[in-house]
Amino acid sequence: MAVDDRKVGVFMFLPAVAYIALLIGVPLLLAVLYAFSDARIGTMGFHFVGLENFRSILQSPSFRAALRNSVVFTISAQIIVIVASSILSIALEPAFHGRWFVRLLILLPWVAPISLGAIGWKWILDSIYSVITWVLVWAHIFKPYGAPMWLGEPTLAMASVVLVHSWRLIPFSTVIMLAGRTSIPKEIPEAAAIDGAGFWRTEFLINIPMMMPIISVAVLFGTIFTFTDMTVVYILTAGGPFDSTQVLPSLAFATGIQGSDLAAGAAISLFLVPVLILIAYFMLRAAHRAEVA
Amino acid sequence: MAVVQIRNLTKVFKAGTPGAVNNINLETKEGEFLVLLGPSGSGKTTLLRMIAGLEAPTSGEILIGGNVVNNLTPRERGIAMVFQSYALYPHLSVRENIAFPLKAQKVPKEQHKQKVEWAAGLLGIEKLLDRKPRQLSGGERQRVALARAIVREPRVFLLDEPLSNLDAKLRTSAREELDEFHQRIKTTTIYVTHDQVEAMALGDRIVVLHQGEVRQIGTPQEVYDDPADTFVATFLGSPPMNLLETDDVIVGFRPERFLPAGLIAPWAPMDEVAKTLKHENLLPADLLGPGQRIPLRLFVEHSEYLGSERVLYGKLSETRFREKPVCARVSSSVLETYTPNTTYDFAVPEHELKFFDAKSGKRIPPRPFPWQ
Repeated sequence: MAVDDRKVGVFMFLPAVAYIALLIGVPLLLAVLYAFSDARIGTMGFHFVGLENFRSILQSPSFRAALRNSVVFTISAQIIVIVASSILSIALEPAFHGRWFVRLLILLPWVAPISLGAIGWKWILDSIYSVITWVLVWAHIFKPYGAPMWLGEPTLAMASVVLVHSWRLIPFSTVIMLAGRTSIPKEIPEAAAIDGAGFWRTEFLINIPMMMPIISVAVLFGTIFTFTDMTVVYILTAGGPFDSTQVLPSLAFATGIQGSDLAAGAAISLFLVPVLILIAYFMLRAAHRAEVA
Repeated sequence: MAVVQIRNLTKVFKAGTPGAVNNINLETKEGEFLVLLGPSGSGKTTLLRMIAGLEAPTSGEILIGGNVVNNLTPRERGIAMVFQSYALYPHLSVRENIAFPLKAQKVPKEQHKQKVEWAAGLLGIEKLLDRKPRQLSGGERQRVALARAIVREPRVFLLDEPLSNLDAKLRTSAREELDEFHQRIKTTTIYVTHDQVEAMALGDRIVVLHQGEVRQIGTPQEVYDDPADTFVATFLGSPPMNLLETDDVIVGFRPERFLPAGLIAPWAPMDEVAKTLKHENLLPADLLGPGQRIPLRLFVEHSEYLGSERVLYGKLSETRFREKPVCARVSSSVLETYTPNTTYDFAVPEHELKFFDAKSGKRIPPRPFPWQ
């Protein structure tokens, strides 16, 4: 019986293993292989070149900018997402008329295809047709033609990319936070109220610490989604102006696919792996802690 | 310490539905242990939560220490509450849990240590101060919750079924401790429970609630021996009071007062008994004399031996209540055995009969009752 169970178990497990091996394992192996070679699109030649690709990308100013931008992009987007989704989860927790509708509205950016959303934002932030600019001019905050170019100036472009990506991630994070908040027994904040704690004390000393395992899951997921994402950057700015919004995934794509230097692209994307492994480790640990608690 | 007064308090959760609490009036005494007793859905917890300030009343007033507190937040009311689940903060140590109210109420930090130790000492949990709630047993958690409530010396204690999460054995000892604890601190306490034993054991007075209304307020003895209506009569006591109904009157008697007719019944005047008998436990039924007891014949259907007593379930035969199920509790010191499907002579003292109006269920003065 035990042996049979084992066989069945292996059999049931196989599709998932095959799926992961084919769609994730093979490309990952290829990337490792390419990163140590001189593979290029359009040639069949293939030589191992050792760490040459890594040496060369480390010297490239584009790569350093992308690395810096990736860090800035990820951290600032996470801070915005966590603060905003905390506030939203507090607002959406108590029952009120039309709560389900508001929750649905807030979830929309997450269910809409990211490319559509990003294209929408591209128009909203467009240098000529921007509705934001139009409103600001109409309100006499800027003179016509004197308004900032949202995607055309390095700092503003980075801010725009961060905000659009946050807009995209907030619903996901809010749902996780709401779940965390709902899982706190009702008596706990009530006990805190009776013990004399006001709103802030209850939030910071009771609710948020109790939600910590869940918040860390949200942060780690968000970090991975942000660190590995290039859609928003690619659609809004394509990494410009002057690489000021270039992040590692978009640079890897630009170098490896568009620039046909597969080897360099693979090396750039492999650069992410150690960071992601570290994050994944913490993520699993946090998830485990959340389970145990 | 303070007195809690409730005036015409009503809580309706959803307009158009029956209220959870309907026009309740009551007043505690200084330092009293008042028990709110009722089945689930009787509004006892809602009432307690309104006193705590966790629920806003639909109408009516709550006064603590003579001041209306309706518009005060829980923290401003000077109350402390122990929840059914204890609601300990799971991420804080016992020490931090107990110190939390001090922190929240901005008691100077220097006093925290001393006050926490005082409260912990009062409940004998000094050794647990560095543990987390999850490392504690149910009884220990309950004590931590009490310590957290007592630490800032509240004017009123509110306890919401604090013993219901403990196992039966622990519950008895925790009940004693709670009683002793109240004797020591003498703070006005309002205690919610659905357990009549707890209510009888702990309460200075009991408020019996049903469907959001007060049915009776009185000492444990008053509510047990002099129930105000049929609800109170049947809610207290296990098994409940036997009720026999006619068109206009209901008569009730407690199973433990419904005894074999031959037994020395507690109603017999003791000196007379002493004169007549030397040692026997048994007394001929006719010795009791006419007018003092109502002889009834009990057809026993089945009996339960519970160690200290026997509970006999059956029907009254040879009366107009032939089909009415009744039960009797006979002390197991009575050695007689009762065989099912046999009829025995039983009797109930006349003064143990309680009379109720058949329509309203309210208590009425004794009157002739048509037994046959």
